[in-house]
Amino acid sequence: MSVLPYLLAVFVFLVGLYGIVSSRDLIHLTVCVSVCQSSTYILLLAIGYREHATAPVYGDIPASRKVVDPVVQSLALTDIVVAVAVSALLLAFALRAFEHEGSLDPREMAELKG
Amino acid sequence: MVPLQSIALLFVALGALLVVLVRDVVRQALILSLYGFALVVLFLVFQAPDVALSELVVSAVAYPLVVVAAIARIAAHRKRRGE
Amino acid sequence: MKLPLRLAVFGVGVAGLGFLLVWGVADLPPFGHYAGPYGDIITKLVEPQRHMANAVTAVVFDYRGFDTMGEELILFSAASAVALLLREIRERDTVDVVDAIRSDAIRGLGVLVAAATLLLALYVVSHGFVSPGGGFQGGVVISAAFLFVFLTGEYHAYARLMPTKFAEPLESFGAGAYVALGLIAFGFGLAFLENFLPLGVTGRLRSGGSAALVNWASAFAVAGGFLLIYAEYLEGNMAARYRRSKP
Repeated sequence: MSVLPYLLAVFVFLVGLYGIVSSRDLIHLTVCVSVCQSSTYILLLAIGYREHATAPVYGDIPASRKVVDPVVQSLALTDIVVAVAVSALLLAFALRAFEHEGSLDPREMAELKG
Repeated sequence: MVPLQSIALLFVALGALLVVLVRDVVRQALILSLYGFALVVLFLVFQAPDVALSELVVSAVAYPLVVVAAIARIAAHRKRRGE
Repeated sequence: MKLPLRLAVFGVGVAGLGFLLVWGVADLPPFGHYAGPYGDIITKLVEPQRHMANAVTAVVFDYRGFDTMGEELILFSAASAVALLLREIRERDTVDVVDAIRSDAIRGLGVLVAAATLLLALYVVSHGFVSPGGGFQGGVVISAAFLFVFLTGEYHAYARLMPTKFAEPLESFGAGAYVALGLIAFGFGLAFLENFLPLGVTGRLRSGGSAALVNWASAFAVAGGFLLIYAEYLEGNMAARYRRSKP
């Protein structure tokens, strides 16, 4: 029970990986990449969690109250916003590939054929 | 572990599965938004309000827009190519 | 490679990867018993040393400000690359675009919602060091406020309000101001991005010293980057739908 959030992060990552491998559409592939990225946020926040602790904002709680770790939260926070821009870039690549090849299927693209 | 956290974890697992298994990209954009909302609840229950705020604005505004705009562009190209 | 064969190879690979990941994850400290010293030291020092009430924003913009500068430059380059890829298909004279929204009620509501969202965005950014919030979240909400104009109103109103030639300077100003604030610290004889303003009182809006200015710079950079990305996608869509001449 105490490793459940970590196992969830691994599960979400592997599910996203399956989506990337079996994808038939480049846009669907980009969304699966973002699912893989979200698994890392879950892992980061699960590492920093402390039982019976509260959020690390000291506006109205006494300074001696237990709080969760703020460092991993800062990593996840900037990561989420930047990941959207990278996804937008991946979608722009997909649009360009569509204009070049005429289809969005990764299995039909000559360069991506494995 | 608080029961609320277990429920949130369950919804996130379900949401991730649904996002990957849905093949139609328009539906996937909508389910991606709902998956983002499940992640917001999970981040709140993990006592991380800043991260939850970040994921909320991103999954409600930015992600659906870029995905749907890309789909619309592809559809416009396809229509022009077909005519 | 045919799909069943690809899935079989993938199955073998994911079994191995999954085993390694689960094995690695099982050795972490149990969930709820965070052990590391770094977080404890920072939460003890945030209020007395930095006069900031929000420890997460303090870490993002003050203790690990150099990291955040790197992330912001990732955002900058991603937005520039989107502009580079999508900019060829654009029509300058979309004057005869037919606006889809004909209802005045929707337009009025859109204006109200856009104004309220902009106010909310400025609130989120300015209260970064007092309550949950900060430059990154507030920057995305700023871009959402301008998006409401496009969604509920005319394309022309959106294009006049936030054309691409306004989003780019905003983003460049934000990213440049971040680096400039780091360099200004050199003038005071301090390290790069070190605090050079008086720290203020915890819980007030002016607390935080120069990290508050860094907060605003990153809000502008994030807002400009997202507006640039939206503009490239939306203007390209408009041009693709209503273009008059073939390429």
